[in-house]
Amino acid sequence: MTPEELKRLVSQGEAERPEPKHRICVCVAAACLSSNSDQVKQALENELAARGIAPECEVKGVGCMGLCSAGPLVAVEPDGVTYQHVTSTDAAEIVEHLGQQPIERLTCPTETPFFTKQYKIVLENSGIIDPEKIEDYIARDGYTALARVLEDMSPQEVIDEITRSGLRGRGGAGYPTGLKWSTVAKAGGTRKFVICNADEGDPGAFMDRSVLESDPHRVLEGMAIAAYAVGASQGYLYVRAEYPLAVKRLRTAIRQAERLGLLGNNICGTTFSFHVDIRLGAGAFVCGEETALIASIEGKRGQPRPRPPYPAEYGLWGYPTLINNVETFANVAPIIRNGGDWYASIGTEKSKGTKVFALAGAVKNTGLIEVPMGITLREIIFDIGGGIPGGRKFKAVQTGGPSGGCIPEQYMDMPVDYESLAVVGSIMGSGGMIVMDETSCMVDVAKFFMDFCMTESCGKCVPCRVGTAQMYGILQRITSGEATMSELALLEELCDMVKYTSLCGLGQTAPNPVLSTLQYFRDEYIAHIVEKRCPAGVCQMPVREGH
Amino acid sequence: MNQPVRVKTLKIDDRDVSGREDETILEVARQNGIFIPTLCHLDGLTSIGACRLCLVEVKGVSRLLPACVTRVEEGMEVYTQSERLQKYRRMTLELLFSERNHICSVCVVNGHCELQSLAQTLGMTHVGVPYRFPRLPVDASHERFVVDHNRCILCTRCVRVCDEIEGAHTWDVMGRGIDSRVITDLSEPWGDSETCTSCGKCVNVCPTGALFEKGKPVADRLKKRQFLPYLTMMREERR
Repeated sequence: MTPEELKRLVSQGEAERPEPKHRICVCVAAACLSSNSDQVKQALENELAARGIAPECEVKGVGCMGLCSAGPLVAVEPDGVTYQHVTSTDAAEIVEHLGQQPIERLTCPTETPFFTKQYKIVLENSGIIDPEKIEDYIARDGYTALARVLEDMSPQEVIDEITRSGLRGRGGAGYPTGLKWSTVAKAGGTRKFVICNADEGDPGAFMDRSVLESDPHRVLEGMAIAAYAVGASQGYLYVRAEYPLAVKRLRTAIRQAERLGLLGNNICGTTFSFHVDIRLGAGAFVCGEETALIASIEGKRGQPRPRPPYPAEYGLWGYPTLINNVETFANVAPIIRNGGDWYASIGTEKSKGTKVFALAGAVKNTGLIEVPMGITLREIIFDIGGGIPGGRKFKAVQTGGPSGGCIPEQYMDMPVDYESLAVVGSIMGSGGMIVMDETSCMVDVAKFFMDFCMTESCGKCVPCRVGTAQMYGILQRITSGEATMSELALLEELCDMVKYTSLCGLGQTAPNPVLSTLQYFRDEYIAHIVEKRCPAGVCQMPVREGH
Repeated sequence: MNQPVRVKTLKIDDRDVSGREDETILEVARQNGIFIPTLCHLDGLTSIGACRLCLVEVKGVSRLLPACVTRVEEGMEVYTQSERLQKYRRMTLELLFSERNHICSVCVVNGHCELQSLAQTLGMTHVGVPYRFPRLPVDASHERFVVDHNRCILCTRCVRVCDEIEGAHTWDVMGRGIDSRVITDLSEPWGDSETCTSCGKCVNVCPTGALFEKGKPVADRLKKRQFLPYLTMMREERR
């Protein structure tokens, strides 16, 4: 099947249904749904039906538009208006104003840096297409990359294109994707697997969920291209069960793609076959670690094992396996469509392309953003994020979740890429970005993440299992004013030991939040210990005599 | 059929040694009388690299590598006794002692416990982290054996021997992190287990006093492990 035939296939369906005069797009991704966007959608549909203009005007559910803090969001086309904080009682007014002056009270300004400073590749369809309709995806060049790859590219050419793009793993570690693919392609044997890691678990991170909920076909297409490149015929999507909406949309997407012959046997009429199945995670953070994830798919206890051998060589059921993150796969189709050189022209020297971040915490605009690599933290937080609400002062930004660190004000003008973040003691991570203002106690933040790591440790290796519990105990004593300076020294020793002796990434990076807060906010630790005082006023301190 | 076996030459603690390509650093070190401490490893069982006591430094590799699962490579330079490694090993032991209630003087294997003897060998003089003193049960429901969770270090030797050698898979681990615990069947009393064959292999591989036999004087509680390499050898011959 050529890309033209693909388009024709879809346009047949569209010809029967004339383009509506107005299209009202309602965000139906998790954030807006949680503020009742489904009721808004229903109210709008009812309103159109009541006025008898349903055929010429259409209500459409779309994926995440990004500005989650202003949800539920409703976009009206072709008027080009976006409404924020819409409730079902606004439905009549919105329909009345179709094609007329927009409602001022509800208008969401789209000329702000939040929208203009973004560069969308992964999220190019988010908020525009209906995630439950494959036709919408194909109408926006979906599956043309797959069709082209199968039509006139060899697996090696696909890998070369990915290598040329400079794409690096978006799960956090930043391993070069092209290199990973070629390793799996070179691995022996006829049976290979492709796994998509959608076990997103960092607190405050929702990039992968949004991609899956807003544009599931993009991930499937990326997986199919990867399978063709490495020589696999079976894929697994490991999604955490806490993402029911993403799972539902993925199931729909797989079914639709199979029906059109874009997944399954003899894809696009070629000899290439690729099946995708969904596996649900049972709520263990450690299953985001690739070897634990593989164990979990195999039906075993989700525990990591020492690497090497790496999954590329010895993975699922002992066969060579390619594991990539959702966002990595989501970048594949655009790279094939526009070329690796195009992708490599975006970003910095060593970090190419864009990165999706989930902006959360003490910023005015929370939500999902996609920015080119190399943008500064200041631009992300103060331009796109709109700065700190309530006139409070910025204190730090936490990147990389429980494996990352807290970056203070002095590094705000540093470019965001894999290397720079590592230099200041944090990591790129999967893309969670939590902004903290002066009301946050950094020791308390470190305690929060240590509690997370302690609870999520699988318990296999000693340093992570016992070390995190001991570190948490010390942090608890510090935040309740009971610790001594010698305990702080012990905490630092434990950080060093756990970091260098743990079996997997969870333990090896668990001390990072403590180490980075100790590096930049040591005075806060000292204040807790020596003065028995929490500078931010967060921790409950014992009342001292004479006060 | 007979493929030539490749032999690698390497250095362990500046000594020239050689090993088959399928051998681990630990195996080659032990053949040459170089001591690397281990707890979760046991000859005859799959190595899992969980206790982290056998971590070694390899020149040119930034990470520390577990000797029990790392294959030898040509030209490798391995260091097993650096000050840093010794410090980490002592801390690992301290963490293990702090985790549960390891009180040697009232333990059934006092005098022939691997944890205790490693602490002596590695010069662990005190426990620098606070003891956690968890309240853990003792299951004496089995007619011959007892599991005392207070002494368990979660090395999972019992789990592996039961699964890999006996083939019963009575033992497994439940819970996460610091709450992990070995269990019989689906966390039922050991005495009620329908899968347990009462073979006693788990008791014999247990490095501490977590698994022991009832009605035996302490002096008789030496663990018998000769069966393991023997069984493994027999199996390989059959293949």
